[in-house]
Amino acid sequence: MQLKNKFTMTLIARSTNESFARACISAFASQLDPTIEEINDIKTAVSEAVTNCIVHAYKEKAIGKIYITAILNDNNSIKITIRDKGCGIENVAKAMEPLYTSIGGERAGLGFAVMESFMDNVKVKSVVGRGTTVTMLKKISPRISVNG
Amino acid sequence: MSVEINVTREVVTAYLGGEIDHHTAKEMRETIDNAVELNMPTLLVLDFKDVSFMDSSGIGLVMGRYRNLMKTGAELHIMGAPPNIYKMLKLAGIERLAKLEGR
Repeated sequence: MQLKNKFTMTLIARSTNESFARACISAFASQLDPTIEEINDIKTAVSEAVTNCIVHAYKEKAIGKIYITAILNDNNSIKITIRDKGCGIENVAKAMEPLYTSIGGERAGLGFAVMESFMDNVKVKSVVGRGTTVTMLKKISPRISVNG
Repeated sequence: MSVEINVTREVVTAYLGGEIDHHTAKEMRETIDNAVELNMPTLLVLDFKDVSFMDSSGIGLVMGRYRNLMKTGAELHIMGAPPNIYKMLKLAGIERLAKLEGR
């Protein structure tokens, strides 16, 4: 599996950057000629991961950075890594349970469930006090061109 | 992001538009809650026809409004959800809380 293209970006953990991050990734992923549904899946998963950094890792203080890397592979897949240096998650398995939320209120507790449902593979690595890394993979279905 | 409120008798309809995420959901929530508090409807309709994107913050928005409406026994309907929004609402099992209609 060879690398076809790669981009990295660093964002300040501000909520205005949620839409910016998913717009960037969707523009980059469009090189793989995804369907509208596939692009929407990627945008949604990225939005969830970036929101987690802002809301949980950095506790909505708009300080701290979010590090995003996206790699296009020549097997028509995209691998997205979203990393923060925030508070970390004590119990990753529990955090990934659908409807679990550490803060309640207006959060549905579905962030990781959405990522897992919309992407082909999701891995979460976290160290308390050091930060969290979410790695997601999405295969883009090959499209048959008009010219065969 | 936009919210337009329409009130007829005991029904408050909120026409949502644009992208719903953690950043935009806050303002939408305030606008909807103000209209509900002011009009005390028996039915709140959330119209998603013009929503182009929604992550789980939109689910939080729906669940939060449902919890508020339960206090007065009012009902919640969700209308006009485009396919991508409908997919998210179904994933969250929103049809157990509200009458759900796609586009």
